[in-house]
Amino acid sequence: MRGEQGQGTARTSPVSRPAASSSAAGPASRRALLPRLLVLLLTLAVWQAVARAHGSVYFPPPSRVAGRAHALWFSGPVRHLFLTDAAVGNVLPSLGRMAAGFGIAVVCGIGLGVAVGRSRWAYALCNPVLQFARAVPPPALVPVFVVVLDFGTPMQITAIAFSAVWPVLINTAEGVRNTDPLRLDVAAVLRLHPVERLRFLLLPSAMPRIFAGLRLSLSLSLILMVFSELLPGTADGIGFTLTDAQSRSDLLTVWAALLLLGVLGYVLNTVLLAVERRLLGRGRTTA
Amino acid sequence: MTLRLDALGQRYGDHPVLRDITLTVPDGQLLCVVGPSGCGKSTLLRTVAGLRPAREGTVTLDGTPVTGVPDHLAVVFQDYGRSLFPWLTVRDNVALPLRRRGLARAERRAEAERILERVGLDGAARRHPWQLSGGMQQRVAIARALVCRPSLLLMDEPFGSLDAQTREDLEDLLLEVHRTENTTILLVTHDIDESVYVGDRVVVLSSGPGARVVLDLPVELPGKRDQITTRGLPEFVALRARVGRAVRGA
Ligand SMILES: Nc1ncnc2c1ncn2[C@@H]1O[C@H](COP(=O)(O)OP(=O)(O)O)[C@@H](O)[C@H]1O
Ligand SMILES: [Mg+2]
Repeated sequence: MRGEQGQGTARTSPVSRPAASSSAAGPASRRALLPRLLVLLLTLAVWQAVARAHGSVYFPPPSRVAGRAHALWFSGPVRHLFLTDAAVGNVLPSLGRMAAGFGIAVVCGIGLGVAVGRSRWAYALCNPVLQFARAVPPPALVPVFVVVLDFGTPMQITAIAFSAVWPVLINTAEGVRNTDPLRLDVAAVLRLHPVERLRFLLLPSAMPRIFAGLRLSLSLSLILMVFSELLPGTADGIGFTLTDAQSRSDLLTVWAALLLLGVLGYVLNTVLLAVERRLLGRGRTTA
Repeated sequence: MTLRLDALGQRYGDHPVLRDITLTVPDGQLLCVVGPSGCGKSTLLRTVAGLRPAREGTVTLDGTPVTGVPDHLAVVFQDYGRSLFPWLTVRDNVALPLRRRGLARAERRAEAERILERVGLDGAARRHPWQLSGGMQQRVAIARALVCRPSLLLMDEPFGSLDAQTREDLEDLLLEVHRTENTTILLVTHDIDESVYVGDRVVVLSSGPGARVVLDLPVELPGKRDQITTRGLPEFVALRARVGRAVRGA
């Protein structure tokens, strides 16, 4: 779950990056694309063949799962971008809650992380608490939020934000704390204002760590989004689709929802990696 | 700006670095500091820059004690490559000190490009520091220090990575800036020839621990300085020998 799906990009600091980084990333990933695609297709083919041979209702072949997913969510009218009412009623609310929770986590995580990372005593003081907060499995906290906030969107957003905030916060603090002391001297000699120092020094030099935190937070957001929708009292969402289908023993829909979640997680992570590559690969032009 | 060091002492923990340094650098003087490596030259510059408080004695600028980083100061750090911001282009690195002067963005960029041209880097303005050679990075660091026309300029071995030709060009650029803008300059170097060629005065520090001033030599050379003729003058050769003996004996 703590996926390290792109460690290479996060760790390399812009300093050590070779000159032709942006063009080097292209062919390398394209070369790896073919084998990866082959493995994916092979897995699907084996799954399809085995499921067909068994004919079990519990493990339908991927072609039927995909067909159900299409029928459920993507067979709508053109003017709704092919989205069905079920997609609008279940997928979009899920995504909205996830975006809200993740967004709050990012803003609070980076803000608090900078504050904690800048001050030696704040870091020493907060570090045990942060390590503790990170060690608690996030879904275990959901019952607390249910009691405090009752069921519904505010509780779900809070659960997502509260779980996703720690990796961003801890990584931002760590990144800011490790700012090169010589560069802090440079900022002092250049008499940069605190805001300028944040913009031109602290955030850019912490950026690789911040993105490492963002990737963890993103996958936690997806997990908490589904988990908070599995609880009774939920009226919509992908998680609700899962429990609802399960109660009707509609396993094909369960599998379709799982497929959707997998694709969603993959797409979101890819988007984040693209943003990261854009921000870290080339320097930005601001001064 | 007149810089006064009065019985300055500096140490790292229990390790003494500088001892009883007393110096007055009058407004507009170019003072070269020479000494064996590890004797505390960089520490001296960091103390003058207000980055490290003096352990003993005082540092004053125009009579005001230095407690933090003074205004109108620029520094070329010895570790020039690390001192640049790799996420900014060369031009944006050089334009960064101009923010405190409240110039508009276009003006900042124009100023940065002007100074980059003077250090021979006009072609590299849009590249990033990590795409440049060591010598080019060193010139970016020099350009960033010169761009805001400081009244006190501290340079820590600023020409160390340059080839002979570029080094001579930049020595002459520094002399020109010094002449036209009356900047007070403290230049640390391990090159004895260079110290005599660019300096109005050369100070030699003894080897540590607890380095002190062993030679304080005014450089009086006839005529305008010129790379070929000045270095051939008998006065130049004599001064260079005195500095060399002091460094060797230190
Ligand atoms: N941050 C530091 N902590 C402890 N000792 C240091 C530190 N910086 C320099 N020193 C020591 O202080 C002495 C002088 O260093 P420095 O000023 O860099 O010398 P120089 O610039 O003349 O080569 C050296 O012995 C060095 O090992
Ligand atoms: Mg040094």
